[in-house]
Amino acid sequence: MNENPFLGALDWLADPMRWSGPSGIPVRTAEHLGYTALGVLVAALIAVPVGLYVGHTGRFKGLAVGAAGVARALPTLGLVTLFALLVGIGLTAPLLAFVTLAIPSLLAGAYSAVESADPATVDAARAQGMTEWQILTRVEIPLGMSLLVGGVRGATVQVVATAMLAAYVGSGGLGRYIFQGLGSQDYPQMIAGSLLVIVLALVLDLALLLLQRLTAPRGTVAP
Amino acid sequence: MSWVLDNLDVIAGYTGAHLVQALPPILLAFVLSLPLAKLANSRGWLRTGVTTTSGLMYAIPSLPLFVLLPGLIGTGVRSPLNIVVALTLYGLALMVPTASDGFRSVSRDVLGSATAQGYAPAARFLAVELPLAGPVLLGGVRVVAVSTISLVTVGGVLGVPSLGMLFVDGVRRGIVAEIAAGVVATAALALLTDALLVMLGRLLMPWHRGREAGRP
Repeated sequence: MNENPFLGALDWLADPMRWSGPSGIPVRTAEHLGYTALGVLVAALIAVPVGLYVGHTGRFKGLAVGAAGVARALPTLGLVTLFALLVGIGLTAPLLAFVTLAIPSLLAGAYSAVESADPATVDAARAQGMTEWQILTRVEIPLGMSLLVGGVRGATVQVVATAMLAAYVGSGGLGRYIFQGLGSQDYPQMIAGSLLVIVLALVLDLALLLLQRLTAPRGTVAP
Repeated sequence: MSWVLDNLDVIAGYTGAHLVQALPPILLAFVLSLPLAKLANSRGWLRTGVTTTSGLMYAIPSLPLFVLLPGLIGTGVRSPLNIVVALTLYGLALMVPTASDGFRSVSRDVLGSATAQGYAPAARFLAVELPLAGPVLLGGVRVVAVSTISLVTVGGVLGVPSLGMLFVDGVRRGIVAEIAAGVVATAALALLTDALLVMLGRLLMPWHRGREAGRP
């Protein structure tokens, strides 16, 4: 074992065997992407309407900020293992963890998006006779879209990381390679798995960053 | 509940190990971010580079970083030092852009007046610039502290002792109370540290009351 583990990882990745079959890299990557998409989508269905309501009306703002703060203090691994024991093996347990951990970013993104609209602009829209719904959908959401996408970006990063930990309690995804390597003391395999997760995380993050830039209205500065 | 009462010494031991891994990164990220942020603010391109790198760094999940670092810096996979280095990097990724914003929020006129009053550069930094950037810095440290304390648990899957061991051991032995105790203890530690930082902020910056700076 004097060999450089990073070269070992490259050998591992270059092996054609790794790129086919039900535990091959394409299938594990697809699983990982599937978990991430499902987790962010379900969380968005819950958090975005609530966040838009909080941002538009200003009601329950303190509650939303507080809940997001407490949720941030929750340890990811703790939720993953807790739900695994309580709910059992299957997709439900990890999904519950993904959704719980994705909600704070999405909630914060949604309410800060609505709040970011200049009050004078909102008042002007109201003075022109727009209904509250029209103000929300035609003024506040378009102006704050890049912040909303920023919330999706934060949630995606969180779920990609959590989906990897879910492999610890039996889910699929790229985390499998790390935990298999840990079990068999195969450090090169752990490195290969880690590199795959990092690449996936960075690609998703850059794609959403680009979307964030594209959705910023002209004349404003994307975060 | 009985598991918790029977194992208070175990929980206390893991809490100690947890703090040993969590406190150095929080402190290091804060101290190192100050010169790095000043450096970044001195050149426009450097500032853009730092912001971009920090954003990407933050997208990297913690476990792969915990796995890669030993191969790069020569520590063992189960070494707590590894966790400390990784979490310091995350802390810097969050803290450097925040400190950079904090220093930029200090009015140039105020700094000019301080110079005119005879402050030497170092004294001006310590007595004028740092306190004025303080509220923004505090907001950054609070986020770093909470996320660091939560991230330390991930080392548990590699066998590094921390409150994360309660999750690993709990799931292996099927004890729900053990995992629940770990979640509550970690969250409590994070929220307690946050509250202490707020109090410290009030002590050090009595002029800054009410609205707390935070990240959306």
